[in-house]
Amino acid sequence: CKNENLNVLPTNDVTAATVYATPAGYKQGLVKLYAAYALTSSTGSDNSDIGGLNSGFADFLRLFWTSQELVTDEAICAWGDTGIPELDYSTPSVDNQFLRGLYSRSILQITVCNEFLRESTPEKLASRNITGADAADITRYRAEARFLRAYQYWVLLDAFGNPPFVTENDDIGKVAPKQIQRAALFTYIESELKAIEGDLANARGNEYGRADKGADWALLARLYLNAQVYTGTAKYTEAITYSSKVIAAGYSLKSNYMDLFKADNNINNTENILTINYDGVTGTNYGGTTFLINAGINADMGTASYGVPNGGWGGNRTRQNLPALFPDANGTLDKRGTFFGAKNTVDEVGVFTDGLRVTKFKNIIGTSTIPPSLNGTFSSLDFAIFRLAEQYLIYGEAVARGGSGGDANTALSYVNALRQRAYGNASGNLTPAALTVDFYLDERGRELYWEGHRRTDLVRYGKFTGGTYLWPFKGGVKAGTSIPAYRNIYPLPAADLIANPNLVQNTGY
Amino acid sequence: QTGSVSGKVLDETGLPLPGASVIVKGTTRSTSTDGNGVFKLAGLSNGSVTLSASFIGYQTLDKTVSVSANATVSFQLVPDAQKLNEVVVIGYGTAEKKNLTGSITTVNSKDFQKGTITTPEQLIQGKVAGVNIISNSGQPGVGSTIRIRGGASLNASNDPLIVIDGVPFSGNSIGNAPSPLSLVNPNDIETFTVLKDANATAIYGSRASNGVILITTKKGASGAPVFNFSTNNSIATVAKKVDILSSGQIRDFVNANPNASYDDGKKFTSLLGGSNTDWQDEIYQNAFSTDNSLSIAGSFKGVPYRVSAGYLDQQGLLITDHFSRGTGAISISPKLFQDHLKIDLNLKGALTQSHFANAGGVGAAIQFDPTQSVNANNNFGNYFEWLRSDGTVNPNAPRNPVGLIRLNDNNGNAERSFGNARFDYSFHFLPELHANLNLGYDLSKGYGEVRVPVYAAQSISTSGSYTNSLNTETNKLSEFYLNYAHTVESIKSRFDVTAGYGYYDNSKTGFNFTSYKGTGEALVTPVFPFSTDRDKLLSYYGRFIYTLADKYILSGTLRADASSKFAEKNRWGYFPSAAFTWRISNENFLKNSTSVSDLKLRLSYGQTGNKDGIGYYDYLSKYYANSNTGQYQIGNTFYNYYTPAAYDPDLKWETTTTYNAGLDYGFMKGRLYGSIDVYYKKTSDLLSKINIPVGTNFNNELTTNVGNMDVKGVEGSLNFSAIKTENTSWDFGVNIAYNKRKVTNLTLNPDPASKVGAGDITGGTGVTLKYNAVNQIPGSFFVYKQVYNADGKPLEGVYEDLNKDGVINTSDQYFYKSPDPNITLGFNTSFSYKKWSFTTSLRANFGNYIYDNVSSNFGVRANILSPAGVINNASTDFLATNFQNNQFLSDYYIKNASFLKMDNAGISYNAGKLSKTGTASLRISANCQNVFTVTKYNGIDPELSGGIDYNLYPRPRTYTLGFNVGF
Repeated sequence: CKNENLNVLPTNDVTAATVYATPAGYKQGLVKLYAAYALTSSTGSDNSDIGGLNSGFADFLRLFWTSQELVTDEAICAWGDTGIPELDYSTPSVDNQFLRGLYSRSILQITVCNEFLRESTPEKLASRNITGADAADITRYRAEARFLRAYQYWVLLDAFGNPPFVTENDDIGKVAPKQIQRAALFTYIESELKAIEGDLANARGNEYGRADKGADWALLARLYLNAQVYTGTAKYTEAITYSSKVIAAGYSLKSNYMDLFKADNNINNTENILTINYDGVTGTNYGGTTFLINAGINADMGTASYGVPNGGWGGNRTRQNLPALFPDANGTLDKRGTFFGAKNTVDEVGVFTDGLRVTKFKNIIGTSTIPPSLNGTFSSLDFAIFRLAEQYLIYGEAVARGGSGGDANTALSYVNALRQRAYGNASGNLTPAALTVDFYLDERGRELYWEGHRRTDLVRYGKFTGGTYLWPFKGGVKAGTSIPAYRNIYPLPAADLIANPNLVQNTGY
Repeated sequence: QTGSVSGKVLDETGLPLPGASVIVKGTTRSTSTDGNGVFKLAGLSNGSVTLSASFIGYQTLDKTVSVSANATVSFQLVPDAQKLNEVVVIGYGTAEKKNLTGSITTVNSKDFQKGTITTPEQLIQGKVAGVNIISNSGQPGVGSTIRIRGGASLNASNDPLIVIDGVPFSGNSIGNAPSPLSLVNPNDIETFTVLKDANATAIYGSRASNGVILITTKKGASGAPVFNFSTNNSIATVAKKVDILSSGQIRDFVNANPNASYDDGKKFTSLLGGSNTDWQDEIYQNAFSTDNSLSIAGSFKGVPYRVSAGYLDQQGLLITDHFSRGTGAISISPKLFQDHLKIDLNLKGALTQSHFANAGGVGAAIQFDPTQSVNANNNFGNYFEWLRSDGTVNPNAPRNPVGLIRLNDNNGNAERSFGNARFDYSFHFLPELHANLNLGYDLSKGYGEVRVPVYAAQSISTSGSYTNSLNTETNKLSEFYLNYAHTVESIKSRFDVTAGYGYYDNSKTGFNFTSYKGTGEALVTPVFPFSTDRDKLLSYYGRFIYTLADKYILSGTLRADASSKFAEKNRWGYFPSAAFTWRISNENFLKNSTSVSDLKLRLSYGQTGNKDGIGYYDYLSKYYANSNTGQYQIGNTFYNYYTPAAYDPDLKWETTTTYNAGLDYGFMKGRLYGSIDVYYKKTSDLLSKINIPVGTNFNNELTTNVGNMDVKGVEGSLNFSAIKTENTSWDFGVNIAYNKRKVTNLTLNPDPASKVGAGDITGGTGVTLKYNAVNQIPGSFFVYKQVYNADGKPLEGVYEDLNKDGVINTSDQYFYKSPDPNITLGFNTSFSYKKWSFTTSLRANFGNYIYDNVSSNFGVRANILSPAGVINNASTDFLATNFQNNQFLSDYYIKNASFLKMDNAGISYNAGKLSKTGTASLRISANCQNVFTVTKYNGIDPELSGGIDYNLYPRPRTYTLGFNVGF
C-alpha cells in the first residue's frame, strides 16, 4: 500500500473545475449567488451556511428584517431568544447573534460572488473553451455577481459602517481581511454599480429573479438618498437622477397594493424590480417570507387565510406608532393599513396580543389558494428588495430635500399615484404643500412598512437615536427613552473583532 | 540423552491446581496440569533446567531441576492479590504486570459490574480511576460517553480508541442500532485494559489522544468441554420521575387566574379538563428483560476453542420500546509446528432488532396538561390533542405524549460481524524472534423504517410520514510486526524490540431514500442515491524496551501515521514516547522487605494525535450539490447548483503531549496495593471549530488547527484485601481522580476574549448556553448573574450589570461553572463467606454542574398559561421562582449536581458442584442496579454527560435474578 492510495475523494462532491466546465455550469454558479441570499443553506431548512447561528435564523432576509425593523417603532417581538429583547429595546450588544448573523451572511454572499468572479475571468473561460455567445452571457453573469456584492456591501455600509473588505483578489483561507472605512466603501459601491451598468441587462429585460439595470439604478438611488449619512455629503441630485432612470424604465404600480405581497407576486408584476424568490417545496427555510408571515400571526388567527395552515409563531407585531400613521387601523380608508387585533398599545413585550398584528404578507394565490408547501408552513411568497414605489418616494424626498433635476409637481404625481392606489380613489390625494421632508418619512412608513427600510429611514431623519422621537420600549423603558447617537450604526460583531485583528470597533461600542 | 520431569502444582492449601502452566525457561516448551494438578514434560535434554509454574491469581514460582529419566518436582503456589505476574495486553504485544512502564489498568471479568448489562462499556463503570463512563440515557442498548482523563479535544472526537482482540473497533454509529457497542455481547468479554498515559498509548499514534481501551474476549481452555449457561432476568422500574405540578395544582392555578386569556380574549379557564392524568405514568412501564448466554469451551484434539451464543430480549421503560439481540462468537486457538505457530481466530456476529419508542414523548409528558385525559373522540387516532377553534390541530401545542409514542412505528435492525485471524510465528532457528500477522475486519449494516399514520397529530403537517434508512460500514485492517526479546544474563539485560506496519481502511455508506407522506405521496426525493465516506490510515510503529537487572526499565515507542484526511504535505504524523521505570522494590534495601511487596516509579512522556470527529475531506477545496429542498428559482425554472464549501488545505493532526509520573505500590504481600498517577496533558493544533475572520472563507466558522488546551490531573487507586481466611474474604477497591481541563487559546491571533458556541438549550431558538472559551473549562456555561431579593427569591429578569455600562445586554454574561466534575470517585467492595458473597459498587462526582433546562423551559407562568392557547404543566421549580417568562440564561438554573450513586448491590450464592460425582455447578445471584442517588440536584438524574438536563430518558432501577450453570 503506497502513500498515493491515501488520496480518497468524496462520492458526490466535485471541484471548481467540474462545476465550471460548461456554460450551463456557469449558469448554475450564477444561481448559487442568488440562492445565497434566499436560503439558509443549499441543503435544506435544517442546515446553515453561517456558523454559530441557529439554522432558522440564518437566511439574509430574516436577519436584515430583524436589524431594520425590530429596533424601530414599526415592530416588536415577543420572543425571549438570546439577542431579541435587546433589539426590541434598540440597544443590541456587540455579541448580538442576529447582527453577527447579518454581517456574516452579507459577507458570505460577497465571498461566493468573489469566487464566481475568480472562476469566470476571460482567461478561465478561454482555458475551458467557452467562447462567443456563451462567453457574452457569462460577462453578464459577472456583472450580476458584482451587483449582488455591491448590494451586500450597501447592507454592510448602512448597518455596520466600516466592515472588512474582500474582493476577488483576496485568497480563500484564514487571512484576516482589511477594514474599509465608510466613506471609502460608499465610493467603492458607487463605482462598482456604475462600472457594471453597461454589462447588465436592460431594465425589465432579464429573467425573473436576476438583477438588471433597473436594480442597479434603484440601489444607486437608495445609496445617494442616504449619502449624507454615509459620507457627510448629500447627493440628492444623484438620487433624483437614478430614481428617475428607474421610473422611466417602464415599471408601473401594481393596481392592488395587497397583491404585491401574495404568493403569485412573481407573475404579472411590473412594480417589483428585484426579488428574493422562495418556494414552499423546492426552496425552503424558516427565514424569508416564511418568517415574515408566520412570526407575524399566531396559530389562532386563521392561519390558512395567510397560506400557512400549520404555522403561526406569534412573535412580531407593531408598536402603536405605525397604526397611528394611518387614518384608521382597519384599512377602511387607506387600504395599506390593515391591522389585526384588539389592543394597539404594547404593555408587555412578551405578550404577542399586545400591539396590532401586521397582515400584509400572505402566502396566498388569488383569494384563497395555498401553493404547495412541504409542511404547511413554508411560504412561496417572493420578497421585493426593490420596487417602484420606493423609487417614487426617493424621488420625492430628494426633491423636498433640495436636490435638483426633479420637480415638486412630478413628485406630487408620484405620491398621489401611491395614495390613489391605497385609497382606491382620489380621496387621499395631497396638495403640493403637504410634501414636506417629514411627510416622506410618514409616507414611507405607510407604503413600505415591514419591508426592511425603517431603521435606515429613521437614521436619515435623525430620529433613530436621541430623544426627539420616542416609541414604546425604545432604550428599554416602556415610555421610551433617548439612546446615544453612536447607535446610528451597529457594532462590529465582537466575535469578528477578536478573529480579525485588522478591525477597529465602531466608536461608542 | 533425554529425560523427563513430572510433578504436581498445588495451591496454598495443598489442593491440586488444574490448568496451571509449566514452562521450561528459555525455550518454547510448556505444558499445563491436568485435572489432578499433574504435569509431565518429556524429551528434555539432560542437565539443569529451570521450570516456571504459573496460574492466574498466583505468584509465579521458578524451580531448577536436574533432568533425568524420571525427575520430579512439585510446586506450591502462593496467591498473589496484586497479580504482578499476570500477563496483560498492551499495544501490539503483552507484558507482565510488574514490568509495565505505562499507566495501565486492567479489569477482569470477576470485577465487572453485575446485573443486567447490555453494552460492554458499562461493565467497568466506576472501576478505573480517571475513566468516566456515563450512559447516555435509560434506553436499552444505548451508548455511553466514555472519557479517559477528561478528553483532550474540543471539536475532534473525545472518544477513546477501542480495540477488541487486536481489531480497532469502529465507534461510528450504526443506523438503527442504539449504539455501536450494543452489538457486542458483554458476556463474551474477559478483560478490559485501559491505557492512559502516552507511553502506553503512543504506539496507537494518531488515534490515541483520548486513551485506548483494549478488550480481550474469552478463549478456549484445555481439556474436556465445559458448558456454561447463564441467564439473567430482570425487571426495570423508573427510579425517579420529573417533579411536576399535579392536576389539582394546575387546576387551582388556572382557576386563580380567571381573567387570564389568550388569542385576544379567550379564557384559559375554559380549557381545563376534568381528568387527573399522570402523563409520566402513562408513558412508562415496568420493563422486563432476559439475557441468556451459552458457551462451550474446551479443546478438541489439542486445539482450544470456545463457542458461545447469546440472546437478549429487553423492554424499555418507555412504552413500546424494545431491543433484542442475538450474538454468536467462535474462537479457535490452534498451535502448530511444535507450538512455533500460534493461531488465534476470532469471529463474532450480532443481529439486533429494535423498536424505538418516540423519545419526544418524554418531554411531552412533563409538559402536557394533567387535567386532560389520554383519549378523546376525534380524528387523530382518538388521542386527546389541543385543537384550534376551527377544529384543526394547534401547531404550537405539545402533542399527546401517548399518541406521540403509539403512533410512531420506528423499527430498526442492525447486523455486525467482526473478527480477525492472528498468526504468531516463533522462528525455528531463533525462537525469540516472533513474526505476527493480524488480519481483521468489521462489517456492519443498519436498516429500518419509520411510519406515522396520516391521522397522527405529530405529522399532521405532512399527512403522516414514511421514511426508511440504510447504512453500511466496512473496516479492514492488516498488521504485521516482528518482535525480538532476548535476555543477556552476563550484563543483566533484557532487550525487547518490536517493529511493525499497519494498514486500515474504513468506509461507510449512507443510502438516501425518498421520504413519503402517510398518503404514499413522495415528499422529498434525494439528489444522490448514496454517499460514501472513506478514511484510510497507513502506519509504521516500533517499540524498544530495555530492562537492566529487573530494576531499571527504559522504553520508547514511535508511530508514524499517514491519514487520508489530510493533504499530502501534512499527511504524516510522528508520535514518539519514552518512559523510565524504576522497580524500587527490587533494590537490595527492599528486596527482602516483608512489608513492601511492590514499589515502582514510572516517568513517561509522549505525543499522540487525533484526527477523528472531523470531516473526511475537509482539506479539499470542493463544491457540494444542493438538496431538492434547496433549489432556487430564476425565470420559471428551479435550478440545482453547487456551493463552495469552507475548507482548510493546511489541516493536520492535533497533537497531545502527555507527561505522567506514577507510583505503583504493594504492601503486606500484595494485600494492599494500588497506584498514584499525576499527569499534565497539553493539546496543541487543536482541531477546533473557531471563528475565522469573516470574509476569508466560505463560512465564518472553520474547523482548523487552532487552539491549545491543558489537562491536569491526579488519580489514585487503592485495593485492600481486609480479610482473607479459608471461609471469609473481604476486599475493597477505591479509585479517585481529579481532572481539570482548560482552553488556553482559540484564535489565530491569541486573544483571551475569544469564545465559540458549544451547546444550545431547548426553549427559544438559538439560545447558546455553553461555550469553549479561553481560560475556561470547555463547554462552560455562559449566563447572566441573577439578582435575588432579601428572601433569596430570584427577581425575574434582574441581572447584575457586570460590565457596568448601565445596560443589561449580552455583554453582561459571564462564565459560571461547567458540567465537568472536578473529582470522580469509585468504590467497590465484595464480601464473601463460604458460598455467599455480597458485592456493591458506588460512584461519586463532585463539582459537576447541570443546567436545569426542564425548569427553565417549563417552570414559568407563560408556559402554564401558554400564549399558544393551551394549558401546560410546569416543573415544581416554578413554585420557587414564580417567573412569568422564561429566563433561559439566568445562572439560577445552573445547579450543583455533585452526587453519590450506588450503581450496584448484589448477593450471590455459589452452590458449587451439585453432586459429588458430576461436574455440574450452580451459582445464583440477585442484584439491584441504580440503587440510590444522593444529591442536592432536584432533577431526574444528576449524571449527564452534556450538563444540560432536558428530556432525559430515565435510567432504570433494575432488579435482576441470575442463574449460572456449569457442566
